[in-house]
Amino acid sequence: MSRFWYLLSLAGKSAWNRKNTLVLVIFSIALSTTLLIGLERVRSQMRENFIQTVSGTDLVVGARGSSLQLLLYAIFHLGGITNNMGWDSVRRIASNREVAWAVPISLGDSHQGFPVVATTRDFFTHYHYQRDKDLRFAQGEPFAGIFDVVLGAGAARKTGYALGGKLTISHGSGRSGLTEHADKPFSVTGLLAPTGTPIDNSLYISLEAMEAIHLGWQGGAPLPGVHIQPERVLKFGLTPKSVTALLTGLKSRARVFAVQREINDDQHEALTGVMPGVALDQLWAMLHTGETALLLISGLVTATGLAGLVSAILAGLGERRRELAILRSAGASPRDIVTLLSLEGVLLMTAGVLFGLAMLCLLIAGLGPLLAESYGLGLRLSPPERGEWILLGGIMAVGFLASLIPALRAYRLSLADGLSVST
Amino acid sequence: MILAGGDRGGGPAKTPAAGGQEFQRDAVLLKDLVFFWPGQARATLRIPRFAVPSGGKCLLSGPSGSGKSTLLSLIGGILTPNAGSVTVGGQVVNTLAGARRDAFRGDNIGFIFQQFNLVPYLSIRENVLIPCRLSARRRARAAERGGSPEKAAAFLLERLDMAPNLWRRPVTKLSVGQQQRVAAARALIGSPPLIIADEPTSALDAEHRLDFLRLLIQECESARASLIFVSHDQSLARIFNWHVRLAELNTAGA
Ligand SMILES: Nc1ncnc2c1ncn2[C@@H]1O[C@H](COP(=O)(O)OP(=O)(O)O)[C@@H](O)[C@H]1O
Ligand SMILES: [Mg+2]
Repeated sequence: MSRFWYLLSLAGKSAWNRKNTLVLVIFSIALSTTLLIGLERVRSQMRENFIQTVSGTDLVVGARGSSLQLLLYAIFHLGGITNNMGWDSVRRIASNREVAWAVPISLGDSHQGFPVVATTRDFFTHYHYQRDKDLRFAQGEPFAGIFDVVLGAGAARKTGYALGGKLTISHGSGRSGLTEHADKPFSVTGLLAPTGTPIDNSLYISLEAMEAIHLGWQGGAPLPGVHIQPERVLKFGLTPKSVTALLTGLKSRARVFAVQREINDDQHEALTGVMPGVALDQLWAMLHTGETALLLISGLVTATGLAGLVSAILAGLGERRRELAILRSAGASPRDIVTLLSLEGVLLMTAGVLFGLAMLCLLIAGLGPLLAESYGLGLRLSPPERGEWILLGGIMAVGFLASLIPALRAYRLSLADGLSVST
Repeated sequence: MILAGGDRGGGPAKTPAAGGQEFQRDAVLLKDLVFFWPGQARATLRIPRFAVPSGGKCLLSGPSGSGKSTLLSLIGGILTPNAGSVTVGGQVVNTLAGARRDAFRGDNIGFIFQQFNLVPYLSIRENVLIPCRLSARRRARAAERGGSPEKAAAFLLERLDMAPNLWRRPVTKLSVGQQQRVAAARALIGSPPLIIADEPTSALDAEHRLDFLRLLIQECESARASLIFVSHDQSLARIFNWHVRLAELNTAGA
C-alpha cells in the first residue's frame, strides 16, 4: 500500500512538473464535466420542478383534448389555450363521493405579462406543491371582495406592488397591444410566499371577478356604448358558465384510475381527466430525443477532452523513458510503471472533474436566479444526485480506461528499453 | 589482474557482505549464459562462466556495442537469458518470477548509469531515496545505518561532496558531475550488496572522473559492497581488483 502512495506521489509530482502543458487538458476535461453534469442537472431539476408543482393534485380535469396540452396550460401556463369545460361538470365532479376537494381555475387574462388565474378561495387551502407543502401568505390574505387580487412572490417582487396597491388587468395574454380592463381596478390583498413553482409568477382573482370584468364584453372587446360601473357588478349573476380546468384531490389515491375512467366516460360532457405524472411522462418521452442529442454532443466534447489527455501523456512519454528506466533499476516492476502512468491520468481526470464541478457551482450560483426568473427553472446548488453520480462515475471510468493507453505504451517501452535507453 | 571466466570461481567465500549479511558464494556468478536480443539471429552474449567474488571490485571493459550493458541488464534481472543461469548473492535470479525479480533487484543492487541518472521532477534528496521507497529492505538498512532513510541520504550526499546548500537546487540545474554523485548516493543508499555502474564516468572530464571513482570505491568499501564498473577507459584499471574484457568472457563473437 505504501508503494501505491509513493507511485501516486510520483504521478502527482510528475504532472505538476508539466503543469503548463497539462493545464489545457485539465481545462478541457473540466469543460466536459460542466457540460455533462450541468445538462443532467437542468434535466433532472426541470423534471423535479414540474412534478413537484403538481404533486398535490391527483387529477386535472378539462374539456376533451390532449392531456399534455391541458396540463401544461392549466398548471404551467405554457402552450396553446384549451377549450373550456362547463360549470355543470365542475359541480358534478366536485360532488363525486371519491373527490376530496375540487378547485376550478380560469385563465386567459394577464397583468404585465404575468398570467391571471381566476379561482376560488379553496385554492389557497387545497393546493399543495412538493407533495405536502401548503401555500403560505407572506403578507395579507386571500381575496375577499370582488376586486381583490393576490400576487405570487415573483410577480410581487418584479412589479413592486405592496398590500393595498391598485392594478388593472389586461385582456388576453402577452406583453403589449392588449386592451386593459381599465374601468375595474383591483387592489392587492395578499402576497404569497415563494414556492419555486409557476404560482410565484401568477396573479390570483376570484372567478366572480373574472366574470365581472368581462361584463359587457363580447368576442374579446367591450361592446360599444355598454359600460357597467364596478359598483353595479354584483347585481349581475357572476357564476361562470365555464372554466379552463378543475383541479381535484381524491380521498384515496388508489382510486385515481377509477375516477379518471368515470370522468373520461362522462355522459354529459366530453371531458379529459389527466393524471399529472402520466402526462409529464409523455412530455419527457417527447423530450427524450432532444436530450439524447445533447447528451451525445457533450459525450463528444468529453471524448475530445480525453483524447487530449491521452495524447498529452503519450507526448511526454518519449522524454520519460529515462526516468522509467531509473525506477525500474531501483526495483519498480513493469506493473508499477503501468500504475504510475495510469495514476497520472486518473489524477488529471480527477483534477479536471473537480474543477468542472466547481465551475458548475459558480455557474448555478451566478446564473441560477436569472434562469429561475426567465424560464422558471429553479436550479439549486446541491450535492450530486444519482444520475449525476452515474455520469461522474462514467467519466472517471472512461478516463481511467483512456489512461491505460499511455500506461500500456509505457509498459511496452520499459520492457523493451530495460535499463538502456539511448537518449 | 584479470579475472577470466572460471579462474576465480571459488572466490573468497567468507567475506562478510553488507548489513551483516553473508554471501555464501560469489556476488555474481554466470554459468553457460546465452542471450539473444529478440529478432536477432546471432547471440549477443555467450558466456561459459563469469564470477565476481563477494566484495570484489571489477572493471568490465569492451568496445561500444559489444554487449556490456546487456550483460548488466541480465545480472540485474531486467533481461532473462535464453539459456544458462544468473546467480546474484547466492540467489538464482533468472528463474524468479517477474515481480520477485524486480523486488530482488531493488533489494540487492544499486545502479548508476552513464547519464541522465535523475528523475527531473524529484528533489535531490527524493532522487536518492527512490530505492528506499520501493524496497522495504533498503529502507530498513538505510534506517539502521543513518537513523532514518532521510538522514542516511543526507549522510551519503555529504560523503559524496554534495554540500547541503546544493540540495534545494532542481536536479536539472546540477552539473553532470554533481548529477553522477547524486546517482551514486542513490545506488549506495540502503547498502545493497552489489553496485553496478554502467559507464558512469564517461560524461565526466578526466579530473572529475578520478575523483568520482575514488569516492564511489571508498563508499563501496565502507558498505562492503561488490562493484561491477563498466568503462572503456583502461587507465582506470589500476584502481580495481580485477579488470575483465568482455571479449575474453564472451564466446559469441568467435
Ligand atoms: N533494447 C535493445 N533491443 C535490441 N537490441 C539491442 C538493445 N540494446 C542493445 N541491443 C543490441 O545488443 C548489442 C549490445 O548492446 P549493448 O549491450 O548496449 O552494448 P554496450 O553497452 O557494450 O555498448 C548492440 O549491438 C545492439 O545490437
Ligand atoms: Mg552500454
